[in-house]
Amino acid sequence: MQKLLFLTLGFLLAINTVQAGDGYSVGDKASDFKLKNVDGKTVSLSDYTDAKGFIVIFTCNDCPYAKAYQDRIIALDKKYKAKGYPVIAINPNNPEVSPGDSYKNMQQRAKEKSYTFPYLFDEKFEVYKTYGATRTPHVFLLKKENKDLVVSYIGTIDDNYQDPGKVQQQYLANAVESLIAGKSPDPEMTKAIGCTIKQK
Amino acid sequence: MNSMKIFVAFILALITSTVFSQTQKFSFKQFEPKLHLKNDTTYVINFWATWCVPCRKEMPAFVELQEKYKNKKLKILLVSLDFPNQADKLIFPFKKKYNIQSEIILLNDPDSNSWIDKVDNTWSGAIPATLVYNARFRKFYEQSFTYDELESIVKPIL
Repeated sequence: MQKLLFLTLGFLLAINTVQAGDGYSVGDKASDFKLKNVDGKTVSLSDYTDAKGFIVIFTCNDCPYAKAYQDRIIALDKKYKAKGYPVIAINPNNPEVSPGDSYKNMQQRAKEKSYTFPYLFDEKFEVYKTYGATRTPHVFLLKKENKDLVVSYIGTIDDNYQDPGKVQQQYLANAVESLIAGKSPDPEMTKAIGCTIKQK
Repeated sequence: MNSMKIFVAFILALITSTVFSQTQKFSFKQFEPKLHLKNDTTYVINFWATWCVPCRKEMPAFVELQEKYKNKKLKILLVSLDFPNQADKLIFPFKKKYNIQSEIILLNDPDSNSWIDKVDNTWSGAIPATLVYNARFRKFYEQSFTYDELESIVKPIL
Protein backbone atom coordinates (compact mmCIF):
# COMPACT_ATOMS: atom_id res chain seq x y z
CA MET A 1 0.00 0.00 0.00
CA GLN A 2 2.80 2.34 0.97
CA LYS A 3 4.59 1.43 -2.21
CA LEU A 4 1.53 2.34 -4.21
CA LEU A 5 1.31 5.65 -2.42
CA PHE A 6 4.93 6.46 -3.24
CA LEU A 7 4.42 5.42 -6.82
CA THR A 8 1.39 7.66 -7.10
CA LEU A 9 3.26 10.51 -5.48
CA GLY A 10 6.19 10.05 -7.79
CA PHE A 11 3.87 9.96 -10.77
CA LEU A 12 2.16 13.18 -9.69
CA LEU A 13 5.53 14.86 -9.21
CA ALA A 14 6.58 13.73 -12.66
CA ILE A 15 3.44 15.24 -14.18
CA ASN A 16 4.10 18.48 -12.35
CA THR A 17 7.65 18.66 -13.64
CA VAL A 18 6.45 18.21 -17.18
CA GLN A 19 3.93 21.00 -16.73
CA ALA A 20 6.48 23.35 -15.23
CA GLY A 21 8.72 22.88 -18.26
CA ASP A 22 5.86 23.57 -20.69
CA GLY A 23 6.91 23.79 -24.30
CA TYR A 24 10.12 23.25 -26.18
CA SER A 25 13.65 24.33 -25.45
CA VAL A 26 16.42 24.43 -28.02
CA GLY A 27 17.62 20.89 -28.65
CA ASP A 28 14.22 19.29 -28.08
CA LYS A 29 12.58 17.14 -30.73
CA ALA A 30 9.49 18.85 -32.09
CA SER A 31 6.36 16.92 -32.96
CA ASP A 32 4.59 17.15 -36.28
CA PHE A 33 0.97 18.30 -36.53
CA LYS A 34 -1.95 18.20 -38.87
CA LEU A 35 -3.71 21.55 -39.19
CA LYS A 36 -6.15 23.15 -41.57
CA ASN A 37 -4.71 25.66 -44.00
CA VAL A 38 -6.57 28.72 -45.34
CA ASP A 39 -7.20 26.81 -48.58
CA GLY A 40 -9.18 24.16 -46.68
CA LYS A 41 -6.52 21.46 -47.03
CA THR A 42 -4.64 20.03 -44.07
CA VAL A 43 -0.91 20.53 -43.77
CA SER A 44 1.70 18.47 -41.91
CA LEU A 45 5.43 18.99 -41.75
CA SER A 46 5.85 15.44 -43.08
CA ASP A 47 4.30 16.64 -46.37
CA TYR A 48 7.52 18.51 -47.08
CA THR A 49 9.81 15.65 -47.99
CA ASP A 50 12.46 17.93 -49.50
CA ALA A 51 12.62 20.47 -46.68
CA LYS A 52 15.76 20.68 -44.56
CA GLY A 53 13.80 22.31 -41.77
CA PHE A 54 11.00 24.73 -41.00
CA ILE A 55 10.43 28.26 -39.81
CA VAL A 56 7.34 27.72 -37.66
CA ILE A 57 5.81 31.05 -36.68
CA PHE A 58 2.86 31.41 -34.31
CA THR A 59 1.20 34.58 -35.49
CA CYS A 60 -2.25 36.01 -36.06
CA ASN A 61 -4.29 38.67 -37.84
CA ASP A 62 -5.05 41.14 -35.12
CA CYS A 63 -1.91 41.71 -33.06
CA PRO A 64 -0.07 44.92 -34.05
CA TYR A 65 3.30 43.18 -33.68
CA ALA A 66 2.13 40.36 -35.94
CA LYS A 67 0.96 42.95 -38.46
CA ALA A 68 4.26 44.80 -38.24
CA TYR A 69 6.06 41.60 -39.23
CA GLN A 70 3.71 40.37 -42.00
CA ASP A 71 5.79 41.63 -44.90
CA ARG A 72 9.03 40.49 -43.29
CA ILE A 73 7.59 36.98 -42.86
CA ILE A 74 6.67 36.86 -46.55
CA ALA A 75 10.21 37.98 -47.46
CA LEU A 76 11.72 35.32 -45.17
CA ASP A 77 9.60 32.62 -46.76
CA LYS A 78 10.52 33.69 -50.28
CA LYS A 79 14.20 33.71 -49.42
CA TYR A 80 14.47 30.55 -47.35
CA LYS A 81 11.89 28.27 -48.95
CA ALA A 82 14.28 28.01 -51.89
CA LYS A 83 17.04 27.01 -49.46
CA GLY A 84 14.97 24.30 -47.79
CA TYR A 85 13.47 26.23 -44.89
CA PRO A 86 9.86 27.22 -45.65
CA VAL A 87 7.71 29.31 -43.33
CA ILE A 88 4.75 27.59 -41.68
CA ALA A 89 2.49 30.16 -39.99
CA ILE A 90 0.05 29.04 -37.30
CA ASN A 91 -2.73 31.09 -35.72
CA PRO A 92 -3.22 29.88 -32.12
CA ASN A 93 -5.91 32.39 -31.09
CA ASN A 94 -9.43 31.46 -30.12
CA PRO A 95 -11.79 33.48 -32.36
CA GLU A 96 -14.39 33.52 -29.59
CA VAL A 97 -11.98 35.72 -27.64
CA SER A 98 -10.41 37.45 -30.63
CA PRO A 99 -12.96 37.61 -33.48
CA GLY A 100 -10.43 39.20 -35.83
CA ASP A 101 -8.54 35.92 -35.80
CA SER A 102 -11.34 33.73 -37.12
CA TYR A 103 -10.65 31.21 -39.88
CA LYS A 104 -12.58 33.37 -42.33
CA ASN A 105 -10.50 36.42 -41.42
CA MET A 106 -7.35 34.34 -41.75
CA GLN A 107 -8.40 33.40 -45.28
CA GLN A 108 -9.02 37.03 -46.10
CA ARG A 109 -5.65 38.17 -44.75
CA ALA A 110 -3.79 35.43 -46.60
CA LYS A 111 -5.50 36.56 -49.79
CA GLU A 112 -4.96 40.28 -49.25
CA LYS A 113 -1.28 39.85 -48.48
CA SER A 114 -0.79 37.02 -51.01
CA TYR A 115 0.83 34.79 -48.40
CA THR A 116 3.38 32.53 -50.02
CA PHE A 117 3.27 30.10 -47.08
CA PRO A 118 0.59 28.03 -45.37
CA TYR A 119 -1.36 29.90 -42.72
CA LEU A 120 -2.76 27.21 -40.45
CA PHE A 121 -5.43 27.32 -37.79
CA ASP A 122 -4.61 25.64 -34.48
CA GLU A 123 -8.28 24.73 -34.18
CA LYS A 124 -7.99 22.60 -31.04
CA PHE A 125 -5.50 25.01 -29.46
CA GLU A 126 -3.05 22.19 -28.82
CA VAL A 127 -0.07 22.77 -31.08
CA TYR A 128 0.90 26.12 -29.58
CA LYS A 129 0.83 24.53 -26.11
CA THR A 130 3.02 21.63 -27.21
CA TYR A 131 5.51 24.08 -28.69
CA GLY A 132 5.27 26.47 -25.75
CA ALA A 133 4.35 29.55 -27.75
CA THR A 134 3.18 32.36 -25.45
CA ARG A 135 2.84 35.32 -27.78
CA THR A 136 2.45 36.38 -31.38
CA PRO A 137 4.69 36.41 -33.28
CA HIS A 138 6.74 33.59 -31.73
CA VAL A 139 9.21 31.70 -33.90
CA PHE A 140 10.41 28.08 -33.62
CA LEU A 141 13.11 27.17 -36.11
CA LEU A 142 13.28 23.43 -36.73
CA LYS A 143 16.05 21.44 -38.36
CA LYS A 144 15.57 18.00 -39.87
CA GLU A 145 18.02 15.47 -38.49
CA ASN A 146 17.37 12.03 -39.94
CA LYS A 147 13.71 11.61 -39.06
CA ASP A 148 13.66 14.09 -36.22
CA LEU A 149 12.78 17.76 -36.17
CA VAL A 150 15.17 19.43 -33.76
CA VAL A 151 14.29 22.82 -32.30
CA SER A 152 17.27 25.01 -33.20
CA TYR A 153 16.19 28.56 -32.43
CA ILE A 154 13.30 30.06 -30.46
CA GLY A 155 12.34 33.68 -30.32
CA THR A 156 11.82 36.79 -32.34
CA ILE A 157 12.45 37.74 -35.97
CA ASP A 158 14.73 40.74 -35.49
CA ASP A 159 15.52 43.56 -33.06
CA ASN A 160 13.23 46.30 -34.36
CA TYR A 161 9.51 45.65 -34.78
CA GLN A 162 8.90 49.35 -35.48
CA ASP A 163 11.10 49.87 -38.47
CA PRO A 164 12.59 47.19 -40.73
CA GLY A 165 15.06 49.82 -41.93
CA LYS A 166 16.55 50.19 -38.46
CA VAL A 167 17.10 46.49 -37.78
CA GLN A 168 20.60 45.75 -36.47
CA GLN A 169 20.21 42.06 -35.67
CA GLN A 170 18.40 39.70 -38.04
CA TYR A 171 18.06 37.03 -35.35
CA LEU A 172 15.93 34.60 -37.32
CA ALA A 173 17.63 35.03 -40.70
CA ASN A 174 21.03 34.63 -39.00
CA ALA A 175 19.82 31.46 -37.30
CA VAL A 176 18.64 29.98 -40.61
CA GLU A 177 21.93 30.95 -42.26
CA SER A 178 23.77 29.21 -39.43
CA LEU A 179 21.82 26.00 -40.01
CA ILE A 180 22.50 26.20 -43.76
CA ALA A 181 26.20 26.61 -42.95
CA GLY A 182 26.04 23.58 -40.66
CA LYS A 183 26.48 25.62 -37.49
CA SER A 184 24.39 26.16 -34.38
CA PRO A 185 22.51 29.45 -34.21
CA ASP A 186 23.91 32.06 -31.86
CA PRO A 187 21.91 33.33 -30.06
CA GLU A 188 19.72 30.25 -29.97
CA MET A 189 17.03 32.05 -28.01
CA THR A 190 15.69 35.60 -28.00
CA LYS A 191 12.67 37.30 -26.47
CA ALA A 192 10.38 40.06 -27.67
CA ILE A 193 7.29 41.92 -26.60
CA GLY A 194 4.25 40.43 -28.23
CA CYS A 195 0.53 39.91 -27.84
CA THR A 196 -0.61 37.17 -25.52
CA ILE A 197 -2.18 34.19 -27.18
CA LYS A 198 -5.91 34.73 -26.84
CA GLN A 199 -7.61 31.85 -25.06
CA LYS A 200 -10.54 31.54 -22.68
CA MET B 1 -3.23 94.47 -31.25
CA ASN B 2 -6.13 92.57 -29.83
CA SER B 3 -5.93 89.96 -32.52
CA MET B 4 -2.25 89.62 -31.67
CA LYS B 5 -3.14 88.83 -28.05
CA ILE B 6 -5.68 86.27 -29.15
CA PHE B 7 -3.11 84.76 -31.44
CA VAL B 8 -0.54 84.50 -28.62
CA ALA B 9 -3.15 83.01 -26.27
CA PHE B 10 -4.07 80.52 -28.95
CA ILE B 11 -0.45 79.48 -29.46
CA LEU B 12 0.05 79.16 -25.71
CA ALA B 13 -3.04 77.01 -25.38
CA LEU B 14 -1.83 74.85 -28.22
CA ILE B 15 1.59 74.38 -26.64
CA THR B 16 0.06 73.59 -23.25
CA SER B 17 -2.36 71.04 -24.64
CA THR B 18 0.46 69.39 -26.56
CA VAL B 19 2.63 69.20 -23.45
CA PHE B 20 -0.17 67.70 -21.39
CA SER B 21 -1.14 65.15 -23.98
CA GLN B 22 2.39 63.87 -24.37
CA THR B 23 3.53 60.83 -22.49
CA GLN B 24 7.08 60.83 -21.26
CA LYS B 25 9.21 58.50 -23.36
CA PHE B 26 11.93 56.35 -21.82
CA SER B 27 14.63 54.14 -23.21
CA PHE B 28 15.10 51.00 -21.15
CA LYS B 29 18.26 52.42 -19.64
CA GLN B 30 16.37 55.48 -18.45
CA PHE B 31 13.53 53.35 -17.16
CA GLU B 32 15.52 50.61 -15.43
CA PRO B 33 16.15 52.42 -12.09
CA LYS B 34 12.37 52.43 -11.53
CA LEU B 35 12.54 48.65 -11.20
CA HIS B 36 14.97 48.84 -8.28
CA LEU B 37 13.93 51.74 -6.06
CA LYS B 38 14.90 51.25 -2.45
CA ASN B 39 12.49 53.00 -0.10
CA ASP B 40 9.36 52.26 1.91
CA THR B 41 6.95 52.42 -1.05
CA THR B 42 5.38 49.41 -2.75
CA TYR B 43 5.56 49.60 -6.53
CA VAL B 44 3.13 47.99 -8.95
CA ILE B 45 4.53 48.26 -12.47
CA ASN B 46 2.15 47.19 -15.19
CA PHE B 47 3.30 46.63 -18.78
CA TRP B 48 0.46 47.28 -21.19
CA ALA B 49 -0.61 48.89 -24.46
CA THR B 50 -3.82 50.55 -25.67
CA TRP B 51 -4.13 47.92 -28.44
CA CYS B 52 -3.86 45.00 -25.99
CA VAL B 53 -7.35 43.70 -25.22
CA PRO B 54 -6.55 41.87 -21.94
CA CYS B 55 -4.60 44.96 -20.79
CA ARG B 56 -7.63 47.17 -21.35
CA LYS B 57 -9.78 44.67 -19.52
CA GLU B 58 -7.65 44.66 -16.38
CA MET B 59 -6.99 48.43 -16.33
CA PRO B 60 -9.97 49.23 -14.05
CA ALA B 61 -8.42 46.92 -11.43
CA PHE B 62 -5.30 49.11 -11.31
CA VAL B 63 -7.39 52.29 -11.23
CA GLU B 64 -9.43 50.91 -8.34
CA LEU B 65 -6.34 49.79 -6.44
CA GLN B 66 -4.77 53.24 -6.75
CA GLU B 67 -7.97 54.89 -5.57
CA LYS B 68 -8.53 52.57 -2.62
CA TYR B 69 -4.96 52.78 -1.34
CA LYS B 70 -4.22 56.38 -2.23
CA ASN B 71 -3.32 57.13 1.39
CA LYS B 72 -0.86 54.24 1.55
CA LYS B 73 2.67 54.12 0.27
CA LEU B 74 1.71 52.53 -3.01
CA LYS B 75 2.74 53.69 -6.45
CA ILE B 76 1.27 52.26 -9.60
CA LEU B 77 3.31 52.90 -12.71
CA LEU B 78 1.74 52.09 -16.06
CA VAL B 79 4.40 51.35 -18.65
CA SER B 80 2.93 51.62 -22.12
CA LEU B 81 4.44 49.61 -24.97
CA ASP B 82 2.36 51.39 -27.57
CA PHE B 83 3.99 52.17 -30.89
CA PRO B 84 5.64 55.59 -30.34
CA ASN B 85 4.21 57.13 -33.50
CA GLN B 86 0.66 56.51 -32.22
CA ALA B 87 1.23 56.82 -28.49
CA ASP B 88 0.35 60.48 -27.97
CA LYS B 89 -2.79 60.16 -30.00
CA LEU B 90 -3.94 57.01 -28.17
CA ILE B 91 -2.75 57.28 -24.57
CA PHE B 92 -4.27 60.63 -23.60
CA PRO B 93 -7.87 59.67 -24.51
CA PHE B 94 -7.29 56.28 -22.88
CA LYS B 95 -6.20 57.97 -19.67
CA LYS B 96 -9.34 60.10 -19.65
CA LYS B 97 -11.65 57.24 -20.52
CA TYR B 98 -10.40 55.01 -17.70
CA ASN B 99 -9.95 57.94 -15.31
CA ILE B 100 -6.32 56.98 -14.69
CA GLN B 101 -4.59 58.98 -11.97
CA SER B 102 -1.44 56.85 -11.92
CA GLU B 103 1.67 57.83 -13.81
CA ILE B 104 1.91 56.58 -17.39
CA ILE B 105 5.20 56.41 -19.24
CA LEU B 106 6.05 55.12 -22.68
CA LEU B 107 8.86 52.59 -22.91
CA ASN B 108 10.29 53.14 -26.35
CA ASP B 109 13.06 50.64 -26.85
CA PRO B 110 12.36 48.36 -29.81
CA ASP B 111 15.13 45.84 -29.11
CA SER B 112 13.08 44.21 -26.38
CA ASN B 113 15.26 41.09 -26.42
CA SER B 114 17.97 43.20 -24.79
CA TRP B 115 15.83 44.22 -21.81
CA ILE B 116 13.02 41.70 -21.14
CA ASP B 117 15.26 39.55 -18.94
CA LYS B 118 16.28 42.64 -16.98
CA VAL B 119 12.66 43.18 -15.97
CA ASP B 120 12.33 39.51 -15.03
CA ASN B 121 14.00 36.48 -16.55
CA THR B 122 10.77 34.45 -16.43
CA TRP B 123 8.99 36.93 -18.71
CA SER B 124 8.37 35.62 -22.22
CA GLY B 125 7.52 39.10 -23.50
CA ALA B 126 3.75 38.72 -23.67
CA ILE B 127 1.62 41.50 -22.24
CA PRO B 128 -0.08 42.26 -19.91
CA ALA B 129 2.58 41.62 -17.31
CA THR B 130 3.05 43.13 -13.87
CA LEU B 131 5.92 43.51 -11.42
CA VAL B 132 5.08 44.03 -7.75
CA TYR B 133 7.92 44.96 -5.42
CA ASN B 134 9.02 46.73 -2.30
CA ALA B 135 11.97 46.40 0.07
CA ARG B 136 10.83 42.94 1.28
CA PHE B 137 8.90 41.53 -1.67
CA ARG B 138 9.43 41.06 -5.38
CA LYS B 139 7.31 39.04 -7.79
CA PHE B 140 6.62 39.12 -11.51
CA TYR B 141 3.31 38.06 -13.04
CA GLU B 142 2.86 37.27 -16.75
CA GLN B 143 -0.93 37.23 -16.53
CA SER B 144 -4.09 39.33 -16.35
CA PHE B 145 -5.57 40.37 -13.04
CA THR B 146 -8.99 40.84 -11.56
CA TYR B 147 -9.23 43.45 -8.82
CA ASP B 148 -9.46 40.81 -6.10
CA GLU B 149 -6.39 38.96 -7.35
CA LEU B 150 -4.40 42.16 -7.48
CA GLU B 151 -5.50 43.33 -4.04
CA SER B 152 -4.75 39.95 -2.49
CA ILE B 153 -1.12 40.37 -3.57
CA VAL B 154 -0.67 44.03 -2.70
CA LYS B 155 -2.67 44.41 0.52
CA PRO B 156 -0.57 42.04 2.68
CA ILE B 157 2.72 43.70 1.71
CA LEU B 158 1.75 47.36 2.15
